[in-house]
Amino acid sequence: MSSSSTVKSNAWAYLAGLVFGVGLVLAGMTDPAKVIGFLDLLGDWDGSLMLVMGGAIAVHFVLFRVITKRASPLFDGRFHLPTRSDIDMRLVVGAGLFGVGWGLAGYCPGPGIVSLGAGSMPAVVFVAAMSVGMLIQQVTERDRSVLATA
Amino acid sequence: MTEFTPLPSLTGGLLIGLSASMLLLTHGRVAGISGAYAGAIAAPRADGGFRIAFVAGLVTAGFLMWLIRPEAFPAGPVTPLWLTAIAGFIVGFGTRLGSGCTSGHGVCGISRLSLRGIVATLAFIATGAITVFLVRTLGSRS
Repeated sequence: MSSSSTVKSNAWAYLAGLVFGVGLVLAGMTDPAKVIGFLDLLGDWDGSLMLVMGGAIAVHFVLFRVITKRASPLFDGRFHLPTRSDIDMRLVVGAGLFGVGWGLAGYCPGPGIVSLGAGSMPAVVFVAAMSVGMLIQQVTERDRSVLATA
Repeated sequence: MTEFTPLPSLTGGLLIGLSASMLLLTHGRVAGISGAYAGAIAAPRADGGFRIAFVAGLVTAGFLMWLIRPEAFPAGPVTPLWLTAIAGFIVGFGTRLGSGCTSGHGVCGISRLSLRGIVATLAFIATGAITVFLVRTLGSRS
């Protein structure tokens, strides 16, 4: 990729991040109390987040099908889409763990990162700890693959 | 208890779907925030740095929205900070182990009708709901 098209492609990625972030704030997801209210299925349930997910899926469900009719995306030679369809323990345990953290803090990664820009102290703590969790997971992964190839 | 906010939440959702479609059209990538963030901190220059640009856009959005809607962010901690730290660690570890979070599995995965995305979403909503129920029942959140 030439440097001018790298700049252009990064500008689009930045814009996509901006739109995503504005969407998360409007949706109410940067308020942990609202997220916990959504997960409180057996208590005072706040169903707003159903509409966040429903709205996002409605748009992307249609546009995904339109966009992937193209031979390639605008700034890459091909689409990079997951192809796996197997359900393994890593997927279920990983997603299950994520849900526990989500329910405890009321933040998932997106709203946590967006809230850094607002200087929210809980979000700073959350994202710092999340970064450590990610790096440690990657290190344990590397150790396991080293053992497997040894 | 929080109020039901159908219109802003639906509008926010539509913008999220639009953003995921923008990233697919321009980069051919799934808009998975945990993966983008992990890539941005671990290998910032990979693939021309689009993950850093995407994450920078998210943070900028938080700043701009804080200027015009500060009430969208909590005035103080909803959960004790030590518990938020433990939660953040679990979220970081779990999203890498399970290859995604609410955006990659929940929005993008379900839109593609990916079985893995659907199973992951059911799993994290289930454990999230159980966690909130337990925390409320045990009464450690006042």
